[in-house]
Amino acid sequence: MPAEFHLKDAGYEYLVISRRIYFAGMMMFLLGMLIVIRVFFLQVVMHDHFTTLSQHNRVKIQPIAPIRGLIFSSDGVLLANNRPSFSLEIVPEQIKKMDQTISDLATLITIEAKDIERFKKQIKKKHRFVSVPLKFNLSDDEVAKLSVNRHRYPGVEVVAGLNRFYPLAENLAHVSGYVGVINEEELVTLDTSNYKGTTHIGKLGAEQAYESLLHGKVGHRQVEVNATGRIIRVLDRTAPVSGSDIFLTLDVSLQNLSVDALGDKRGSIVALDPNDGSVLAMVSTPGYDPNPFVNGIDSKSYKKLLASKDAPLLNRALQGKYPAGSTIKPFLGLGALDFGLRNIHDETWCQGWYSLSGSTHRYRDWKKEGHGHTNMINAIAQSCDVYFYSLAHEMGIDKLHEFLDKFGFGKKTGIDIIGEVAGLNPSREWKRKAYGQAWFPGETLIVGIGQGSSLITPIHLAVATAAIANKGKMVRPHLFAYARDAISEEVSKLHEPSAIGTVEIQNIEYWQQIIDSMTEVTHGARGTARRVGSGASYRMAGKTGTAQVIAIAQDEEYEVDEVAEELRDHALFIAFAPVESPKIAVAIIVENGGSGSSTAAPIARRLFDHYLQGEG
Amino acid sequence: MEDRSLSQRLHLDIPLIIGLVLLCAVGLVVLYSAGGQDIALIYRQGMRMGLALLLMCLIAQISPARLARLSLWIYLLGLCLLVLVLVSGEIGKGAQRWLNLGFIRFQPSELMKLALPMLLAWFFADNHLPPSPGRIFYATIMIVIPVLLIAKQPDLGTSILVAAAGLSILFVAGVSWKLIIGFSVTAALSTPVLWYFMHDYQKQRVLTLLDPEKDPLGSGYHIIQSKIAIGSGGLYGKGWLNGTQSHLEFLPERSTDFIFAVFCEEFGLMGVLLLVCIYMFIIVRGLTISLNAQNTFGRLLGTGLTLTFFVYVFVNMGMVIGQLPVVGVPLPLISHGGTSMLTLMIAFGILMAIHTHRRLLSD
Repeated sequence: MPAEFHLKDAGYEYLVISRRIYFAGMMMFLLGMLIVIRVFFLQVVMHDHFTTLSQHNRVKIQPIAPIRGLIFSSDGVLLANNRPSFSLEIVPEQIKKMDQTISDLATLITIEAKDIERFKKQIKKKHRFVSVPLKFNLSDDEVAKLSVNRHRYPGVEVVAGLNRFYPLAENLAHVSGYVGVINEEELVTLDTSNYKGTTHIGKLGAEQAYESLLHGKVGHRQVEVNATGRIIRVLDRTAPVSGSDIFLTLDVSLQNLSVDALGDKRGSIVALDPNDGSVLAMVSTPGYDPNPFVNGIDSKSYKKLLASKDAPLLNRALQGKYPAGSTIKPFLGLGALDFGLRNIHDETWCQGWYSLSGSTHRYRDWKKEGHGHTNMINAIAQSCDVYFYSLAHEMGIDKLHEFLDKFGFGKKTGIDIIGEVAGLNPSREWKRKAYGQAWFPGETLIVGIGQGSSLITPIHLAVATAAIANKGKMVRPHLFAYARDAISEEVSKLHEPSAIGTVEIQNIEYWQQIIDSMTEVTHGARGTARRVGSGASYRMAGKTGTAQVIAIAQDEEYEVDEVAEELRDHALFIAFAPVESPKIAVAIIVENGGSGSSTAAPIARRLFDHYLQGEG
Repeated sequence: MEDRSLSQRLHLDIPLIIGLVLLCAVGLVVLYSAGGQDIALIYRQGMRMGLALLLMCLIAQISPARLARLSLWIYLLGLCLLVLVLVSGEIGKGAQRWLNLGFIRFQPSELMKLALPMLLAWFFADNHLPPSPGRIFYATIMIVIPVLLIAKQPDLGTSILVAAAGLSILFVAGVSWKLIIGFSVTAALSTPVLWYFMHDYQKQRVLTLLDPEKDPLGSGYHIIQSKIAIGSGGLYGKGWLNGTQSHLEFLPERSTDFIFAVFCEEFGLMGVLLLVCIYMFIIVRGLTISLNAQNTFGRLLGTGLTLTFFVYVFVNMGMVIGQLPVVGVPLPLISHGGTSMLTLMIAFGILMAIHTHRRLLSD
């Protein structure tokens, strides 16, 4: 029995396999025939077509780079432009001795080491039959010399193209950003087929954030070239699609005025439209000229920028972290009202210093004699520190952190260009994580006047100021207004919500109370910025701030003139106007400017006069 | 005792050897043209071919029964080597495929092209056919693991070949049509899901792969050049050494993956028919050997290896004529290079072994 069974099984198995083998054989035959038929089609049916193409000529496919969109401000000023320029390009495939050719060319025109280095790196990446740029922005002289000697260097081309140019240079550098030559990291995530023939890509600012709108789509053409590389005819062409022009919310006249107002000081100004978060001006001084970055800044100049102690490459508006100083007081005042700890008319006695019970340490007020009986309105208008020491102490760090967190302090605002950093809203957990220590009550007092470990960026300060102006709406700051399609001229906006949140409080009356207090600052008889508000035809609300850079010992005097410049206090000022229906909110920081009221506040008046009344 | 011919005693199969030698000859002739008439190149390639043929004869001495016993260990060794490559392999041509053992550099993925069909043939021959669902499941795992490891290197072309080798064994073993169709349908339906999870630039790469002419500045260029070369060959070709190298100057792979284009240009449709006939002859011989094999293991393995050979030829030709995506598979024994040729020759050696190691009828 077992033998029989074995035999039957083997027979059945053989049947199964042989059936499959025959089937496979047939399939392979059919597929083979398909190949032969296709080859027949190519070699017999299409023979003439392909023969024509093969005769003595080569077919090359060349990318046609799209024209990059322009960048405009809201008042129609051109911020980024394309200027015609010539560059020297080489097709590696056609060069037998690369080093020899390069040194020969160097006798005609200047070729820098950094150009050669970048060129060599790029050859490795690209297909050998695509031309690679060696030098950009040839002068007319150089173009002439190269053209005359062209016959000696097959494979070397002078190519006409467009070079990106920023007419407003330093004033707009942090807003426009710049384009630069595409590097290796970028190649990894780039859609390489759309970027063939494109040499530059946005690196910072609006150029980077809106790269996909600005770039457009690459085109290509199939050309016949003869043995020396000259184009005989174009066989086929697909036109590139130019990038869209983009319009920013920026008001250039306001921007220029802001730069002028800061003069030769280090600092930052951010001006927003509180209704929707449009950035009207965003300044960081000193700035830098972005134009040399387009084709690669030389290392000497770059090192100079890096080494400068004024840090021009730092975008202070988004990356400068400063203590808010007294500008924090309106926010904390609102917090106290919301938590029910005080009402607007409750008075505190200010004698020029404050102590915690059981301690002799005196926390000083900037006014040595003290402010006397002070309610919240006066405390904000005259910037009484003692009032806020006691307020902070009553609130405690937990509630204080929680309330400031509603304004997003310690987080980013989400502005639409890269580089923003978050500030610091201190809390118990933060201190434990960062220093492994518990929180001390004394530190709460310091945070209560905007010093200590709390840090904020100018952009965030502006957004928070706008939130007060809006009575709670936290707007999303953005530079982008709309894009205009190159062909259809169709305008398109991005659909982002204009608000990132709302600050909810118990009673909306409190907003008005705080706004009134801030209006006292600029228009009240004893407001710290009364000189700024006097004579204005509109009403503005603001708060001065003077943030300490170095700690002053208990009994020492702080004499501005005696302190070295870089150790002087930062001057801050936040404001919005007109109070009844705000159209502009600003945050101004002048590094080491000394007093907020004398250095930072007057700038706001200039900006408001200009923006609201067209003056200046 | 059966009377054995000389060739049987030497464990050689004459028809197969004739077919392969013919193919090698054609290969050298075309390579001379495609390689820029570099005689040194031809010497080197000829040496490689000679060595490979020798290796084939040596492998043919090993009895299939012994191969079957060793198959599991060889497979596991292959897996270990593949993992080793991923972890520490030398980078050649932008992918981690090679292991440098000091005196020799070799690609473990090549080993897998043989190890997988051997393992599967042994695995199925062990039990009755068609295989049970349980066996099919295990077999699928045995296929998937090396394929994924190879695809991760990344080496798409070889992973396809290994998968083909494995799947062909499954097919010949008699997996039911229902299962095959069901599996294909599921695979087809799950592609949209996979699509959803891909990054944009990965999607772009897949689209370009499927329709290279949409990327005329990249891989589409190769296809355009290739078709011009092929089409201009016409019925009888331009003649040996008369191909317009200027087209293919821009094809760095003209002596490897795209050598078929050179062949078509110089020898025309007639040449193509002849070449296809030689390949068919070898394949038919391979299938015949498999049909007449003494046991299931031999039949399965023989067919699997023959089918793999066919896939090489079909995918390469299909790619060069612009019908299939560009996946980097060489044309067997014609394309320049040694590693796949070695693997193929070993495979043919195994085929010859299957044919000539017959047990005596009295068994």
